[in-house]
Amino acid sequence: MIGKRFWSWLAVFVAAVYFIVPLLATMEFSMRMRRGTYSFDAYRSVFADQRFAETFSYSVVMALITIAIGALLIVPTAYWVRLRMPYLRPVVEFVTLLPLVVPAIVIIFGYLRLYNSSSWLPLTNTDMGANALLVFGFMTMSLPYMYRAVDTAMRTIDVAVLTEAAESLGARWPTILFRCIFPNVLTGVLSGAFITFAIAVGEYTMPSLLNRPAFGPYLALIGANKAYEPPALAMIAFAMTWVSIILINITTRLQKGAAGAR
Amino acid sequence: MAATQPLLNRRLITDWLGIAPFALFAIMFLIAPTVYLVSGAFLDPNGNLTLRNLVDLFQPNILAAYIISIKISAASAIGGAIIGFALAAAISLGSLPAWVRSAVLTFCGVASNFAGVPLAFAFLATLGRLGLVTIILRDVFGFNLYATGFNLLSFLGLTLTYMYFQIPLMVLIVTPALDGLKREWSEAASVLGATPWQYWRMVVIPILWPSVFGTLLLLFANAFGAVATAVALTGSSLNIVPIVLFAQIRGDVLHNPNLGYAVAFGMVVITGISNFIYIWLRMRAERWQK
Repeated sequence: MIGKRFWSWLAVFVAAVYFIVPLLATMEFSMRMRRGTYSFDAYRSVFADQRFAETFSYSVVMALITIAIGALLIVPTAYWVRLRMPYLRPVVEFVTLLPLVVPAIVIIFGYLRLYNSSSWLPLTNTDMGANALLVFGFMTMSLPYMYRAVDTAMRTIDVAVLTEAAESLGARWPTILFRCIFPNVLTGVLSGAFITFAIAVGEYTMPSLLNRPAFGPYLALIGANKAYEPPALAMIAFAMTWVSIILINITTRLQKGAAGAR
Repeated sequence: MAATQPLLNRRLITDWLGIAPFALFAIMFLIAPTVYLVSGAFLDPNGNLTLRNLVDLFQPNILAAYIISIKISAASAIGGAIIGFALAAAISLGSLPAWVRSAVLTFCGVASNFAGVPLAFAFLATLGRLGLVTIILRDVFGFNLYATGFNLLSFLGLTLTYMYFQIPLMVLIVTPALDGLKREWSEAASVLGATPWQYWRMVVIPILWPSVFGTLLLLFANAFGAVATAVALTGSSLNIVPIVLFAQIRGDVLHNPNLGYAVAFGMVVITGISNFIYIWLRMRAERWQK
């Protein structure tokens, strides 16, 4: 038994070294900007750069739009499939898993060919069109996670009973959807939303190929041109990932609590 | 029933109307782009059917890109799977304190999502020419890492970097499978006189292999499709498939759009096969987790 515990501690220790050393190194590197002493100058320089705020807020806005449209599309779909078309579930589930099969770079390649300036729907011609393409791209990438989160939340409620109850009280479809179904799957929507947010804010490939002023391409640009700012940005990104994971954990715990209470 | 009969048609229409927005989205932004590229891979510039593009994938520089991509993905997947499995076994079966387990799982959740450009920055700050580890090895141990031919922008460097998100992903997926090993099974085995090794060989491995092998394939596909880390780490100096495709989309470096579609098609085939087998194995594995 002592042998088992020893090997377990050893495995955890080796993994901890591999995972913590790069973080320490990144932190150390990011504080080297002032010669001979450690300082937070690199962080100051990052936050002083106007493009940091611009690209970051652009990415946040795009992520929020993605979440809003994604929730409005996926919740009614998951609800409708469960209620009226259960025979379609395997097909819908298959489609929602497709983005795991087709890499993001291939999907965006397809967009650029289908919706370029000489096509029937020239979305890439205008800023708004390109932004829309980016949002749809983010939605596609987050589809497997968003759909799963919503569908799992919907499993814990009986949509048929809820719908009949609402109908017999005279509710119409919009009321049923927004005042009855949405609040009940809110935890699922939230956990899907945080994953979508984490994917969308840092994404590099899609905005870069669509020439959008997003946070991911900005990071790459800084990486190519500056020395001490990139590790500072990496630490900031790591902290942001940490916050979204904590939020996801909290919402899934709420979801489990809600499921257990039923 | 008779009363609803005339309504049936209208009901069918509302059924399909309810799903129409999703269907439209999926067709326009997921299926059509993929089908367009895949069919383009089988056409020549004049629109005739051909297998020429697929044959052209075997020209030396594209073939080399596929081979090095497959090598990096396989190495980081296998390394990530082995280390990840050891770590998952340690926290699941190793009778460690509970806080270790929850700390490891939370950290894995963060690290598996810490990919892309920031991850490249972190490894440049660690093992780059001026990275902390490189400097400590040189100044404290007198060991010049870069004199040994090591380069972060190489097979080894990229594999080491990818493992930073591969190991946590393995831990997150395999830990529930390990937790699903019932205590009764090991007790039953030892009552029947099995040695620990026999228990592993005849009970644990047959139950776990779908999860482990499936996750290995998922890790492979995950590394194969990773673009941002590779681009940020190597610029375009390393010839791997995602970078070739990225350059092709930017400026038709292959001078043949249809060959570009074929490169994309090859990527879909490789990630597609691995993910399909992963999903199938996962369904098998879930039998034991109920």
